[in-house]
Amino acid sequence: MHELGITQNIVAIVVEHSQGVKVRRIVVEIGKLSAILPEAIAFCFGICSQGTVLEQAKLEIREIPGLARCHECGTEFVLEKPFGICSCGSVNFDLIAGEELLVKEIEVQEICV
Amino acid sequence: MCVTCGCNDGDKAQVINSDGIAVNISPANNHHTHTLPNGTVITHSHTHDHHEVPEAIHAKIHNTTISLEQQILAKNNLLAAQNRGWFKGRNIFALNLMSSPGAGKTTLLTRTINDLKNQLNINVIEGDQETTNDAQKIQETGCKVVQINTGAGCHLDAAMIDKGLQQLNPPLNSVVMIENVGNLVCPALFDLGEQAKVVILSVTEGEDKPIKYPHMFRASEVMILTKIDLLPYVEFDVERCIDYARQVNPQIQVIQVSAITGVGLENWYKWISKISSNFTKKSE
Repeated sequence: MHELGITQNIVAIVVEHSQGVKVRRIVVEIGKLSAILPEAIAFCFGICSQGTVLEQAKLEIREIPGLARCHECGTEFVLEKPFGICSCGSVNFDLIAGEELLVKEIEVQEICV
Repeated sequence: MCVTCGCNDGDKAQVINSDGIAVNISPANNHHTHTLPNGTVITHSHTHDHHEVPEAIHAKIHNTTISLEQQILAKNNLLAAQNRGWFKGRNIFALNLMSSPGAGKTTLLTRTINDLKNQLNINVIEGDQETTNDAQKIQETGCKVVQINTGAGCHLDAAMIDKGLQQLNPPLNSVVMIENVGNLVCPALFDLGEQAKVVILSVTEGEDKPIKYPHMFRASEVMILTKIDLLPYVEFDVERCIDYARQVNPQIQVIQVSAITGVGLENWYKWISKISSNFTKKSE
């Protein structure tokens, strides 16, 4: 259940950047190959955000599909799990997407006078 | 002109409230009131009497989007980089040993320490949720050890290693073995500042563990297959297991050992010696 620690990190990052201003929305990017369950993050978020500027914020999780580039032929192909095989038969590839763990943006509420 | 919303009502200061009603403000008394959409009433006063054209200022709730692009594990990764520098500065070679509970990490470690006593100065950081049992076993070999109990935590992180190193205070030119919490999932995600990750899999577990827990096997440089003395008694297809491991990580090196009989341990020691001397050369 490392999602609890990850969610605590998410909350800490936003609290630090929001400087006490109420946060309405938070966008988090989670790669499908990152070994992080978005459902578990959403579950933990309700608990971790209590008593913070994020308490009523809407959590938006964007899941990023896994994408690999073959070392042999350069073909890019979609990966559902962190291993696979290119159409050329090679298993050597770079993961170019799908491992993201990012607080993308936040929307804060400001009263401007 | 209002600096907030850009409205300009000419010579006459005017504020339109949320009901669309204009509120006149006399220059002598620059108080005006807004009702915000959520019902909050805000009253302002303008004290800039010297302005020829009094400015109308609206109070509004703005939603501002701030782009953060902040890595969630950035803090851990930064601390891990600091640990890596700490090791490098002292010419200390560090390994992160990971496996499921009961795969035989501690048994392999105590055997390794005893066998390499005369060649390497090994120091140990033990990670477990509870108890100091493993640290005691290591201590019996005579080497320096600290135990980190993670409590509810399912893995060691870079901050724990930082604290552990202050306690352990390993000497220059030594080796630090970090025995992670028994878990094939979470430890793969957390960089500790080690030079290499080593995954330990015992033949009493399933041979399909590499494809069931691919992150762990992908992150590791070496897979040590332990308890091979038990192969005659268990259904474990070594070839298939290695095949699975290479599917997940084509570069992974496989070392088969039994920490009880000693079979295969020389390959493990050769690997440690090779990788640590490469590290030492790079640091010089």
